[in-house]
Amino acid sequence: MEEVKVILKNLDWSPLLISLKTGIAATVISFFLGIYTAYRVMKTSPGKKSVLDSLLTLPLVIPPTAAGFFLLLIFSKRRPLGIFLYDTFDIKVVQSWAGCVIAATVIAFPLMYRNARAAFEQIDINLIYAGRTLGMSETRIFWRIALPLAGPGIASGTMLTFARALGEYGATSMLAGNIPGKTGTVSQKIAMVIQDGDFLTAGIWVMIVVLIAFFILVLMNLAAGKKNRTVKRW
Amino acid sequence: MGFSFQIEKTLGEFKLDLEAESRGNRLGILGASGCGKSLTLKLLAGIESPDAGRIQIGEKLLFDSRQKRNVKPQDRRIGYLFQNYALFPHMTVAENIGAGLQRVDKSADTADMPAENIITRFQGKKIRKQKRIQEMMEKFQLTDLAARLPGELSGGQQQRVALARIMACEPEVILLDEPFSALDVFLKDQMQRELEELLEDFPGLVVLVSHSRDEIYRFSEELLVMDQGHAVVYGATKEIFANPRYREAARLTGCKNIADAKRIDDHRLEVPGWGIRLCLKREIPKDITAVGYRAHDFVPVWGERKENCLEVRIKRMAEMPFEYHYYLQPAGLSEQKSNEERPVSPSEPASVQEQSLCWFVQKGKHIQIAEKGFPAYLELKEEHIMLF
Repeated sequence: MEEVKVILKNLDWSPLLISLKTGIAATVISFFLGIYTAYRVMKTSPGKKSVLDSLLTLPLVIPPTAAGFFLLLIFSKRRPLGIFLYDTFDIKVVQSWAGCVIAATVIAFPLMYRNARAAFEQIDINLIYAGRTLGMSETRIFWRIALPLAGPGIASGTMLTFARALGEYGATSMLAGNIPGKTGTVSQKIAMVIQDGDFLTAGIWVMIVVLIAFFILVLMNLAAGKKNRTVKRW
Repeated sequence: MGFSFQIEKTLGEFKLDLEAESRGNRLGILGASGCGKSLTLKLLAGIESPDAGRIQIGEKLLFDSRQKRNVKPQDRRIGYLFQNYALFPHMTVAENIGAGLQRVDKSADTADMPAENIITRFQGKKIRKQKRIQEMMEKFQLTDLAARLPGELSGGQQQRVALARIMACEPEVILLDEPFSALDVFLKDQMQRELEELLEDFPGLVVLVSHSRDEIYRFSEELLVMDQGHAVVYGATKEIFANPRYREAARLTGCKNIADAKRIDDHRLEVPGWGIRLCLKREIPKDITAVGYRAHDFVPVWGERKENCLEVRIKRMAEMPFEYHYYLQPAGLSEQKSNEERPVSPSEPASVQEQSLCWFVQKGKHIQIAEKGFPAYLELKEEHIMLF
C-alpha cells in the first residue's frame, strides 16, 4: 500500500491529460462529422448507401495498426498532403498531438456515424413527410424534428465515441508515437511501463482507465434510460 | 377549384395508374387496403413523385413529367392529415400547431411590416405566430392542452391538434388519409361531425381516402373506386352507390349479394347461384356477367309467389343493435343439390358461405316478421337490381 502511495504521489499525470484532451477533441470532430455524414448517407439510394456505409465503417473493423499504416501513408511529411499541410499551415501530423487526434478520430468516427444513422433511420418517416407538407424547409426539419428525435441515439453514439477515442492505441502509436508529455496517452503509457516490468504502475493506470470507462457507461445508460422508462422488462 | 391528374407509379410489383378530372371540390377515394389509396395522396402532396403524368389542382400545375416540373411539397400548400396524425412527439400541442408557421409569416411580413428595424420585425413575426397559434387552439378547443405532449392526448384530441396544425398554415387543399380509422365508434361520430363543420366553409379541394363506404358517402361529392392501383369507376358518389356498374365497385360500396348471372334474352336473366330467373322490364345489356342486390333492399312476401321472388331458408340470424342480419340459403338451390346427392366435400362450407344471401332488416320493420313469421319469399325490386 505504501508503494502505491509513493507511486501516486510521484505520478506524472500528463498521459491522462493528453488522453482526455485527445478524446474530447476527437469526439467533438466525430460528433459533427458523424451526424452530417449519417444524415447524407441516410438520404442516398440503397446501392450507394451500402458502399458508402462499408467504407465509413471500415476503420472500426480493420486492425487499428492497419488504419495507422494508411494514416502514415497520407500524412507523412514525404507525401503530398503531409508536405502541403507542413508548408502552408506549419502543421505536423506525424509525431505530434494533431496525430493523436486524427488517429483517435478516424478509429472512433464509425461509432458516431453508425449510431447517428440508426437513430435517423428509426424516425417515423411520416413525421418528416408531415414537416414537408407543413412547409418546413429541409434544414428546419433537420434541426427541429430529426435531431431532437434522434437525440438518445446520438447521445449514446457520442459516449461510445468518447470511450473509444480515449483508449485508442494502435493507430495512435503509429501516427503520433509515444512522446512523453506530448503524445504519450494512457494506453501507450500502460504498454510502456509493462515493457519495463513495472506492473504496479501499469495496474494503477489500468484502474484509472477502468473507472473512467465505467463512469461513461453508467452515464450513457442513465441518458438512454430516461427515454425508456416505460420499456417493459421480461 | 377543380383538379385534374393522371399519374403512373411503379413500386416493385405494385403499379399505380390513375386518371381523374373534375370541377368538384370533394373527392372520395374508396378501396380495400393496399390498393394504392394512400400512395395516391402522397403523390398529390408531393411526398412521393410519380414516374410519369401530370397533376394540376386549381390553377396550379404541381407536376408534369414532360415539362420536368415537380413542385416541392413545401410549396404545394397541401395539408395532409396522416392516418396516425404524425404529431411531433417531442413538441407540445402549441409547438406542433406552430411548427409550419414560418411560411405564413414570410408572405405576411413584407406586406404590412415597415422594414425599419430588424428587431421589431422579428418580434412582430413572433407575436403574429403566437397569435395564430392561440387562434387555432381556440378554434379547435385545445387551449387547455397547450403545454401537453401528443403522447398524453386521446385519439380525438390528437386528431384536433393535427387538424389545427394543418389549418394554421392556411392550405389550399386538404388530404385526409383514413382520418377516422384510429378512433373508437363514439369518438368517430363526434369527429366526423366536427370535421364536417370545419370543411363546410373550406373553399379548396378536399380528398378523403377511406375503406369505409359510410365515410365516403357522407363526405364526398365525387367518388373514385380503386382496386389494385387502378380506377374501377369514377363519378358522382350517389350515382355510383345507386349503380356501381362494376362488380368490384359494388362490393366496395357495400353490396353484400353478388352472383354470376347468365343472360337468357333481352329481358330475362338466370342466376344459378341463387336458383332464380329474373325478369326485367329494361333491356339487359349483352355483356352482363353478374348481378348484385343490396342486403337492405329485399321486400318480404307472405302468401303467393310474385315475379322475381326468391325462396330462401334461414341459415343463420344475428341480432345487431338496430337491425337483424339474416344469412339465407336459396331454397331452390339446396333442393337441386340434395336431388343430385352430391358428396359433401371438405370445401363445401366455404362455397355455401359464398352463395349465402344477406338480408338486413331494421328493427322497426322486423315487427312484421315477428307477427307473421318468416316470409316465404323475398322479392327483388327491379330498380334495385344491379347488373355488371
